[in-house]
Formats: sequence, structure tokens, C-alpha cells
Amino acid sequence: MKRPVTLTINGERQEVAVEPWWTLLDVLREELGLTGAKKGCDRGDCGACTVLLDGKPVTSCMVLAVQADGRQVVTVEGLAAPGHLHPVQRAFVDYGAVQCGFCTPGMIMAAVALLNETPHPTEAEVRAALTGNLCRCTGYAKIVQAVMAAAQHGGAA
Amino acid sequence: MHRFDYLEPATLSEAVALLAQHGARARVLAGGTDLLTALKEGWERPDWVLSIGRVADLRYIRYDSRDGLRIGALATVREVETSPLVRKHYPVLAEAAGTLASVQIRNLATLAGNVCRASPSGDTLPALLVLDAEARLVGPSGERRVPLARFFVGPGRTVMEPTELLAELVLPPPRPGTGAHYIKHSLRRAMDLAVVGVAALVALDGETCVDARIALGAVAPTPIRALAAEEQLVGRPITPDAAEAAADLAQAAARPITDVRGTAPYRRRMVHVLTRRCILRAAELAQSQGRLP
Repeated sequence: MKRPVTLTINGERQEVAVEPWWTLLDVLREELGLTGAKKGCDRGDCGACTVLLDGKPVTSCMVLAVQADGRQVVTVEGLAAPGHLHPVQRAFVDYGAVQCGFCTPGMIMAAVALLNETPHPTEAEVRAALTGNLCRCTGYAKIVQAVMAAAQHGGAA
Repeated sequence: MHRFDYLEPATLSEAVALLAQHGARARVLAGGTDLLTALKEGWERPDWVLSIGRVADLRYIRYDSRDGLRIGALATVREVETSPLVRKHYPVLAEAAGTLASVQIRNLATLAGNVCRASPSGDTLPALLVLDAEARLVGPSGERRVPLARFFVGPGRTVMEPTELLAELVLPPPRPGTGAHYIKHSLRRAMDLAVVGVAALVALDGETCVDARIALGAVAPTPIRALAAEEQLVGRPITPDAAEAAADLAQAAARPITDVRGTAPYRRRMVHVLTRRCILRAAELAQSQGRLP
């Protein structure tokens, strides 16, 4: 039986009726039309579905929507106002850190979470923060460069 | 995903009562990183999922010098990894916690969940074993404390009854002059399970080893202590030869299988190499601690 949950998504309170077995990722994508978070592996391995839950990066495929009731969710759609880019998004564009783009929203959310906690990370810290985000195109070098550059330009949200 | 009904008790006693009522037809949800995978794959098909996520006062990490460390059932692996208390008094546990999966998974997964999952390769389990951790279990007939050394009975199997919950992990205060180290050996440096995991703890009085713990992961049906190797170290200085002799005994204690991550002979050999390294590093850390004012 569906039950109502209240989620604060990108600053806006939303009520949704969910089945207990629906994941937060499925509710974001299928019920709320927020398709930025991607379903890659659906097993918590690839990081493409990364969102911030109460400010912390999590794989939203590994969270039931009912567990997120009453909590704050930030998706890639909520990082900047329409028509604008967050400094991390801007750096990904500038450094060519995007190829097919499927991993990009999760990668950006993990990077934003890192810079919120550690505004001036070392390269090793950037790589550690992104270990849960798989990219099959870029080889990671430009992604790491982009995050380092965003940090220099004050990438914390 | 397997379909289920969802229970969300607000107190520990309510959770225990619901679990007593539904028992083997229910599965407990804490962080969810293991259970959701099992539900998606159909490995687990419970009628009820009982979330303890909203049970009040299970999310804590507390320390005092007399009673040691208490880690509530909802404390995440990431909270353990980054806790100043854990990093100061039990650095080997923070180190081991940091090797588990990714930041995203560590923000969800609980330390207690890693214990209840009882995987032979569980990343935090060798460290918890060398730290003499105990599980406080609560059930319909009260509570009991079980040392982790007697907690695991097989892959995914523990001494817990289906009606029991793990409420907290308790670690005794560290004795002065101890050092401990954990090495996770995996094929990739991230998002991979251990081929072999070794933790060693050494307590020194001057040059003499007065206490030792060695625990091995992924080389037996459960994480195990290498008791003969521990005894070999006690009562003498930790020299390269002593570490070598203990590593021989640890290797003999390992009963690994061959699987996709490594062969049994390779795992036995790596137990030797990593045990020796772990003991020598733990002794170095113990010595440097002894020199502190």
C-alpha cells in the first residue's frame, strides 16, 4: 500500500505517495521527473545516481523513498538557478571532463559534496572522494583536473 | 525489487516487539546497502522489512577512558571513519572503515550492519576483532553481550537469533603502548572486496610484547583470530624473525577457498606476507606511542 512521504527536494517541499519498495532514485526519476540522477548499475556500485541526502553524498538507488521521508535531497538540477552553472559544472565544461555524460551528474554531486566539506582538497583527496563514481570514457584525468580547478575558483556551494 | 510491507518503529522496545512478532519473516533495515541489493536480486524475500532508521538514540559514537567506545547501531561507517574519538583512540578502526566501498556507500552503511552481514571479507571485521569488540544484542528475553570472537559462525551467519537486534558495539579502552594496523589487499584500490585482509595489534612494555591480536579476513568461512600466531609474539621483542614466525602460524590458521578474486594457495601466501608487515607496523606504532609524554 502506498504511503505519503514528504521530501524537501532542491529546497522545495514535495509530497509523494510511494510504495515501500520504491527507491529514492526511482521516485526522483519516475514520479518527480528529475532525471539528472542516472540509473547505471542500480546496485550502489557506479555512483551515477549520487544525490545529497541531508548534505551527504549517497547512492540514491540504495535508499528507499520511505527512508528519505522528512529529509533534504539535492540533485544536480538543484545546484544552480535555471540558465546558470555551479562552479563545478562550469569547470567540467571548461576542462572537457564530459564525454558520453552518463556519469557526469553523479560525478558532479560527489565533487560538490567534497568541496563543501574540504574546499581546498589535494588531488589524492579528490580521487578518494570520486572512487565511488565510475566513468568508462574519460580515464578520469580531466575530471580530477576540473574538480581541482573548481576548488581554486571557490567551488563550494 | 521484491515487494514487502514496511515497519518503522520509533523505539528500541517497539522494534524488539515487532521483530518478536514477525521473526523469520522480517528482515531488519539499517543502512540498507546490503539488504537492498539482496531484495533487488531476490536473494532475500521477507514479508516485512523492519527499518530501525527512526529508532531514537541509536546513532552515536561515545568514548570514555574507563568504559571505552560505544558505537550505536545506526552510526554509519563514514561517521566511524571520520570520528575524532575513533581516530584518536582506535585509529585502526577508522583506517579499516575508510577501505569499505565508496564515500556514498559509507554514508549509508552502518558499522553494526557490516558486523551483522558477517561476510568473511567484511572490511571492518578484522579491526573489530583485534580491538576485542563486543556486540550488545537485545531480544524479547532481555539483552546479552557477545564478543565478536564468538559472534560469527559462517558466511552470513552469526549467533544472533532471528528475534534479536544488535543495539551497539562496545570496545574496551585501549591499553597504553599499543599499536595496530590493517592491510586490505584487493585487486583494485576502490570499490572492491578484500582478497585477504589482515589486522594486527601489538602492546609493548619497553621492548617486550605483552599482548598481541591478529585477525584475518576473507581466508575462512568467517573472519578469524590467529591465536597461535598471537601467542608466538607474546613475551619477547617484536623482531623481523619473530614476525616471520608468527606469520608462519597465521598462514597455517588460514583456510581459504579459491574464487574469482584469488586462489587458495595465493591467499595463504598473502596471509603470510601481510601478517608480517602488519605486525612490524603495529610494533612501530606501539613504540612511537610509548615515546609520547
